[in-house]
Amino acid sequence: MTTVTRRGFFKLATAGAGTAAISALGFDLAEATEVKQQLHIAGATEAHSICPYCAVGCSLIAFTRKRADGSTEILQIEGDPDSPINEGRLCPKGATAMQLATSSQRVEQPLYREPGATAWKPVTWDFMLDRMARLIKDSRDRTFVTQDAKGNTVNRCQGIAFAGGAAFSSEEGYLATKLMRGLGTVYIEQQARV
Amino acid sequence: MTNHWRDIKNADLILITGANPAEAHPVGFQWFMRAKLDPQRGPGKGGGAQIIHVDPRFTRTSAVSDMHIRIRTGTDVANFGGLINYVLQNNLFHDAYVRHYTNASWIVKDGYGFEDGLFSGYDPGKRTYNMATWAYEADDKGMAKRDMTLAHPRSVFQLMKAHYARYTPEMVSSITGIPQDQFLKLAALVGEMGRPDKVMTIVYAVGLTQHTTGVQLIRSGAALQLLLGNMGRPGGGMNAERGHANIQGNTDHAISWELLPGYLAIPAPGEKNLADYVKEKAPKKSDPNSWNYLGTNYKKFMVSLLKTWYGDAATKDNEFTFDYIPKPAGNSSWISIYDQALRGEMEGVILNGMTATSIGPDSNLVLQALSNLKWLAVMDALPTTSSEFWHAPGLTSTDIKTEVFMVPTTHWIEKAGSFTNSGRWCQWKDQVIPPQGQARHDHWIMADLFGRIKALYQKEGGKFPDPIMHLVMDYKDPAKPDFDELAQEINGRDLTSGKRLATFAGLKDDGTTTAGDWIYTGSYPESGNLMKRRNGIQDPKKNDPTGMGFYPNWAWSWPVNRRVLYNRASADLDGNPWDPARPGIKWNGTHWVGDVPDYPPTMNPKDPKAWLPFIMTGEGTGRLFSNTPLDGPFPEHYEPMESPVKNPLHPQNSTDPVAFLYDKAAGRPDRFGTVDEFPYVGTTYRLTEHEHYVTQHVEHLVQLQPEAFVEIPDGLAKEKGIKNGDMVRVSSKRGKVEARAMVTKRLGPLQVAGKQVWQIGIPIHWGFVGLSAKLYPEKSQHWLANVLTPFVGDATSRTPEFKAFLVNLERLE
Repeated sequence: MTTVTRRGFFKLATAGAGTAAISALGFDLAEATEVKQQLHIAGATEAHSICPYCAVGCSLIAFTRKRADGSTEILQIEGDPDSPINEGRLCPKGATAMQLATSSQRVEQPLYREPGATAWKPVTWDFMLDRMARLIKDSRDRTFVTQDAKGNTVNRCQGIAFAGGAAFSSEEGYLATKLMRGLGTVYIEQQARV
Repeated sequence: MTNHWRDIKNADLILITGANPAEAHPVGFQWFMRAKLDPQRGPGKGGGAQIIHVDPRFTRTSAVSDMHIRIRTGTDVANFGGLINYVLQNNLFHDAYVRHYTNASWIVKDGYGFEDGLFSGYDPGKRTYNMATWAYEADDKGMAKRDMTLAHPRSVFQLMKAHYARYTPEMVSSITGIPQDQFLKLAALVGEMGRPDKVMTIVYAVGLTQHTTGVQLIRSGAALQLLLGNMGRPGGGMNAERGHANIQGNTDHAISWELLPGYLAIPAPGEKNLADYVKEKAPKKSDPNSWNYLGTNYKKFMVSLLKTWYGDAATKDNEFTFDYIPKPAGNSSWISIYDQALRGEMEGVILNGMTATSIGPDSNLVLQALSNLKWLAVMDALPTTSSEFWHAPGLTSTDIKTEVFMVPTTHWIEKAGSFTNSGRWCQWKDQVIPPQGQARHDHWIMADLFGRIKALYQKEGGKFPDPIMHLVMDYKDPAKPDFDELAQEINGRDLTSGKRLATFAGLKDDGTTTAGDWIYTGSYPESGNLMKRRNGIQDPKKNDPTGMGFYPNWAWSWPVNRRVLYNRASADLDGNPWDPARPGIKWNGTHWVGDVPDYPPTMNPKDPKAWLPFIMTGEGTGRLFSNTPLDGPFPEHYEPMESPVKNPLHPQNSTDPVAFLYDKAAGRPDRFGTVDEFPYVGTTYRLTEHEHYVTQHVEHLVQLQPEAFVEIPDGLAKEKGIKNGDMVRVSSKRGKVEARAMVTKRLGPLQVAGKQVWQIGIPIHWGFVGLSAKLYPEKSQHWLANVLTPFVGDATSRTPEFKAFLVNLERLE
């Protein structure tokens, strides 16, 4: 069987279908694979993404479809054959990225645990953000140092730490840095150290 | 990476140290295999690149390598030091490159010295160095004195030669456990890479960084590459693989205590204004022909950042709000956060996509630290061992007074924005699906929270509210900044014309330009978002015109779309590529062509005033000797904090003399174990099927690797009566892991300093949260690998020593 890439097959198909190698089974396996593939993604919209796991940066193509109720359903994620990095290939983690995208384990609402409590309590976003804002302001005011013992202007908040991961977009990371420095935070850390 | 993934195909020799790309970066590994299968590549007459794997374990990477070299974890400085010594003693270095492109010819001040494991200037009480003697001898103009013959006894070259003369093959073998004949085979291969027509790449991962000597491990690899003339060249460089999708981007944008965006340093107390700051932080020119681009432009980048953040409030008269930037009292890195919490000084922690409990080090100590907080906010899409810490095994929920928030965030695929890979390629992604449930974008949560905090300050007042009041939040919706708005802000503008800038060369220090991160200036010029570009391998001829794999119109790479850093060094003094078959850039008589040059595009290399090749350093050259690391200007081998042997080089100064001892400084009990109680060396690693901890929620991956295990060498297993599949306990002074034994031949014995040493491998992925934990609720109580690891970090970077510590091993009935 000839290896035919997805994009390669499209070219072949436009040049005149049926020219691909015919297998011992008497039909064109590549074409059959392609037809099966088409069943998966018929009527789908193609979007571009990047694998969420390691830092190789494999490009992904994600196929979605609008459901009758107007919501978006993700059908399939596969490697992008145009990428000079992965050339369409994915590892076991990338290949199962769809299970992360649509995880049954997701936390779908804000949860709050009071001091000493033995369980989570669902709360509203407003409750959570107001409560966090209150705690952050109080901690900042209690631990903010405008001048150190030597009389240097230091304007730092010593009692709050922010640790930012490596799974959100760069633009989000940039804003996190900007806002946390704006609050005067010095304990700012991220995944690169650990 | 100085280079990038696809570029690895250009190498003749691939030296993989402290990494396992075949399993941890399988798709990136295709470029290693392409080099191996390319008859044009390789040492000698070619016939394919050779792959050398230096690692404690024989892995799938070793299986396709030409040589697997078993090394004792934490001893790579000795291996690199031995290679440096071999290259210097046998004159195998790239002479012209070393003479003209490194600081080998710089003269070091009289008074610099190294004796018995200590460099000059050590203060044993403070465990720090006074670095005054780690400096160049200056002439009357303040430039460093040089000796182009390299014969001066205080030239960097001669000092380096003397420093590494101790790293003989016998010594290397005694420290690392690598048999001498194997080391000499490696040295001969590596030595060949000093030829201008040959090139080696060094690829590494956290197997090199996660040690008390991590920075020096990387520096010693980089020094070797400079000696061989392999820096700046396609197929060369010093390449960190990196293990998370956007770890590079979020480092670039400075979610790091010591940094501001674009690797500008955070100011220190005592720096009263911008002039003080630039004087302290910017690299200093030490040669008349050094451009010192970073040093020269440091103020422009800083002022442009301050204008971005503080807008109209930042004026020349108030030093562009320099006072608004917080000045830390001291190290405020990862371990310091939990140390402060243990001391009762830290009130609240926001963990945004990171789980302190699993990460550690010393997870039991981290659990105590989290219990000491007033509040903890965990921003994540899935439960973590930190969001659930208050019912961790061994803790009593009712005793824990920490107020905890589980803040549900969106996933990567539910939002747009860019990821920067380890090769510095910034790739834009689409929002593919809407957020699940009530999840919100991380940055929308932060922006909304910030707005609410600001409102509280407006209403109630409080400590120094000015930076909060004046921080520019001029987004269409200040609680929901757009990815596009942020990408444009990061790129920056000329405030006079209102136009976005195309390069950071347009940035000014007079307050008329902005750039949220100067190294990203040019990613989003007036012509549009270049990170979205998709001209890839669908048309290699058109999209990779040099044939070197740069693909300049696929996405965008920092800086200014350059694909190989320091690429001026890929060409000789006249501007011709060292190897014409593998050009980085080339002088065509009027211009530099090829990759985007790391050099002025029309600077004639034959002009006597032409800049030296490394435009970002003060020297203008690559540094074999550097006063940046806190534990020495040359890398020196020190034993891990917990080691089975005394350092054969200097037993009385066995471990890194500068590594910061948190427990000791805080007056807490010592948590380091000794070899009589914990006779084996433990090291941690990752598996192909998992990525840190998040994949504990992915069904297919949990099915593939369902249960925690530890890897035990078969010789040791036999000694201990342990069979494959038995339950075992691995313990350190700090905690214990109970898991199945996987008995293999992959971790053989080592002969170290005349003694047999066994190493045990511990995958990091499991804990008391996730699908495996649900499947095995009892067993998962003792699965956190990082309960074993020590609460200590690298002397300079404070990256924890996850990769080398002492353990005991017992079979459980």
